[in-house]
Amino acid sequence: MFRNSIDLLRKDLLLEIRGRESVPAMVLLALSTLVVLHFALGQASLDGELASGALWITILFSATLGIGRLFVSESEDGGMDAVLLSPVDRTAILVAKVCALFTFLVAVQIVIVPAFALLLLGPHLAPALPKLAGILLLTDFAIATVGSLVGAIAVQSRIRDLLAPLLALPLLIPPLIAATHATAGILASGGPAGVPGRWPLIIALYALVFGLLGIALYDNVLDD
Amino acid sequence: MTETRKAPGRGLKRLAILTALTLGTAYGLVFFWTPNEADQGFVQKIFYLHVPMAIVTLGGFILGGIFGFLQLRSGDRKWDLRSYVAIHLSLMLAVGTLITGSIWARASWGHWWVWDEPVLVSFLIVFLLYACYQPLRFSIEDADKQARYASVFAVVAGAFVPLNFAAVRLAQAYTHPRVLGGAQNSMPGSMQLTFLLAIIGMTLLYITLWKFEITSKTTRMQLASIKRRLDSDATGSPA
Repeated sequence: MFRNSIDLLRKDLLLEIRGRESVPAMVLLALSTLVVLHFALGQASLDGELASGALWITILFSATLGIGRLFVSESEDGGMDAVLLSPVDRTAILVAKVCALFTFLVAVQIVIVPAFALLLLGPHLAPALPKLAGILLLTDFAIATVGSLVGAIAVQSRIRDLLAPLLALPLLIPPLIAATHATAGILASGGPAGVPGRWPLIIALYALVFGLLGIALYDNVLDD
Repeated sequence: MTETRKAPGRGLKRLAILTALTLGTAYGLVFFWTPNEADQGFVQKIFYLHVPMAIVTLGGFILGGIFGFLQLRSGDRKWDLRSYVAIHLSLMLAVGTLITGSIWARASWGHWWVWDEPVLVSFLIVFLLYACYQPLRFSIEDADKQARYASVFAVVAGAFVPLNFAAVRLAQAYTHPRVLGGAQNSMPGSMQLTFLLAIIGMTLLYITLWKFEITSKTTRMQLASIKRRLDSDATGSPA
């Protein structure tokens, strides 16, 4: 099963590297959001809660784009039939999709977090980076578990591009609450503060619950 | 075939009468028996409408999730219909809950919307999620697929309801003191009794509407299938 997941993940990553459909669009949307936020907030530099909010809005918007595109290769040109015909466990498909989305999110953040620091962030990024990276990776995992489930549901609908963000945003609010609270301390103007343990815990538990839900439901989601 | 089946609307009339009686009594008591709350006065009586409505709404969402799970287990589309009607009704009640909640907030706290109140905020998030149920459902054409994906949504969203309430509560419990915490424990007996009756009445109302909607939908489907048979007989026989 593990082997299958890795093969499927390689397929998704290869498609992305050759086609460059999701990640560049996600990066561009994130950068545009940062510019819009600068003008909307009317501030040249942000710190604390405002900086945390701006960063997470940017990440969330670009994530919804990625979630909407996650199953496009399967839904177009009968790719889903090919995947389902191959002797692969459904859970392996889920694991591959979660990993693919996670990789895309990390790739996007490698570009946009420095861009955010350059364009909007008041305090220096370097001292905050270790803790910030921890929260980012954990939340990316939560976004990936929720997103792979939502993407699989939304792709069946005629209004796929509309539904993916509409479903994903409310479902992502709980981990986002925790992530913004945690990041606000990290990006505070007086240097990074400690992160209370409950925030990473909420995010991790949420990711766990949606991971389990995904495993339980994927047999029904991927069927054609 | 249809003769052996139970008539879909059985017991609906009795249920409707019982609902009307319970709700009538409950709101009669609200206006003529329960005392005005010392702090908020008359406006607090919206509590007997708002809180039962909110409880029944959330119960309905979770019920929809359970029906959705049974649909996925059995593959029987009758469970999907039940899940759909449960969520559909809960959505309408949710609008009512948000409106009455907003009115209550305005009257007692002076604002139409209060972000400090975790229950209110959680409720809005849940409402926003369920508002996608119908767009999702009706944008999938194939009937079996529609039933399956709607049920998957119902299960995911049903699990999300308690999770979301816990997360929002956790996030705010540390930053804001709970002003209203434990207020219900200090209610006098007459208020408690009336509140209980209002919850029972609201639940009965939900069950009645749910049964009515199911009856109406199954009857319509039966009628359509009879009509189809009639048409095929009429066109088939002369040839």
